[in-house]
Amino acid sequence: MKPTGMTVIVKTITDFVVGFIVLFGAYIVLYGHITPGGGFSGGVVIACAFILVMLGHGRDVAFERLGERTASILDSTGALAFLVIAWLGVWGGYFFMNVLVKGTPFRLLSSGSILANNLAIGLKVSTSLFLVFSALAVFRKRSFRALLEDDLT
Amino acid sequence: MGDITPQLYTLLAFMVIGSIVAIETRNLLSAVISVSAVGFAASVAFLFLGAPDIAITQLVVEVLVLIILIRGTILLDNTAIETHRDTLAVVSSLIFFGLLLGFGAMIFGSQGFPEFGAPLMRVSKVYVQTGLPATYAANIVASVILDFRGYDTLGEATVLFVSILAALTLLRREGKVRTGEAATA
Repeated sequence: MKPTGMTVIVKTITDFVVGFIVLFGAYIVLYGHITPGGGFSGGVVIACAFILVMLGHGRDVAFERLGERTASILDSTGALAFLVIAWLGVWGGYFFMNVLVKGTPFRLLSSGSILANNLAIGLKVSTSLFLVFSALAVFRKRSFRALLEDDLT
Repeated sequence: MGDITPQLYTLLAFMVIGSIVAIETRNLLSAVISVSAVGFAASVAFLFLGAPDIAITQLVVEVLVLIILIRGTILLDNTAIETHRDTLAVVSSLIFFGLLLGFGAMIFGSQGFPEFGAPLMRVSKVYVQTGLPATYAANIVASVILDFRGYDTLGEATVLFVSILAALTLLRREGKVRTGEAATA
């Protein structure tokens, strides 16, 4: 993969589209308790936006916008937040009890901890899938065969 | 919704053909694309069956996996498979699937298969009846996976977290250099 990315056409369209993709992913995460969707599928949509930037602009620009270290920290934060929300239930009675304010059904701010859990899972999935893509496809700069020959010699 | 059986059987036939093509083709890129076609057909099948949550998840995961697999495939120098398939592996997997089907027929054969779409577990009735009043979530799937079955989702998130940790550790080719060791490294 060349570090400069693809042609100027791809770069322009990427810049134009990527905001809408993140917006759509955020919508799926936020409205997961009202409409179909949820933290996991919305997180994958946001991860696809990151991956689009990485494929279109190259790894340097993508890591500038979301560094590997930042993504790792956000990933762990999401996982921890999910666990903390689960432990909040112990305060009310049992593990995973829905202790937050539930509001009225069919509103955005309803259903208590389900919305918070969706947010945590969306944060976790989006950053971790971005990390996995960079590990699988970008970290390996040279071809597989060259690496094998390096290991053999 | 009317009778959707013909559509489902068409999709099923497409998926079976796609799987066979993915196994039998000698080109890795063709195999990857065939597997993705099967996944997209599964997404459409979930949509027909009235499960939009799973359809969305299947669709986005399929897109992501397709990108990653194509990216990984075109990095290889040679995408054609040259070695022949191991006969022992094929025979043993066929025997395994035969045993699986046989035991499944033994278990379900005595009491008969449940009606298509009928729930196997009685507890799911409680979820459907008390989902909205108990959790105030309009989407019943969200109320099940994040409230009634929160343990399962926590386990799934843990599996995802640990596997991504392992993948990042094992697959990265450029090692991290600690500050302070940079001069000696």
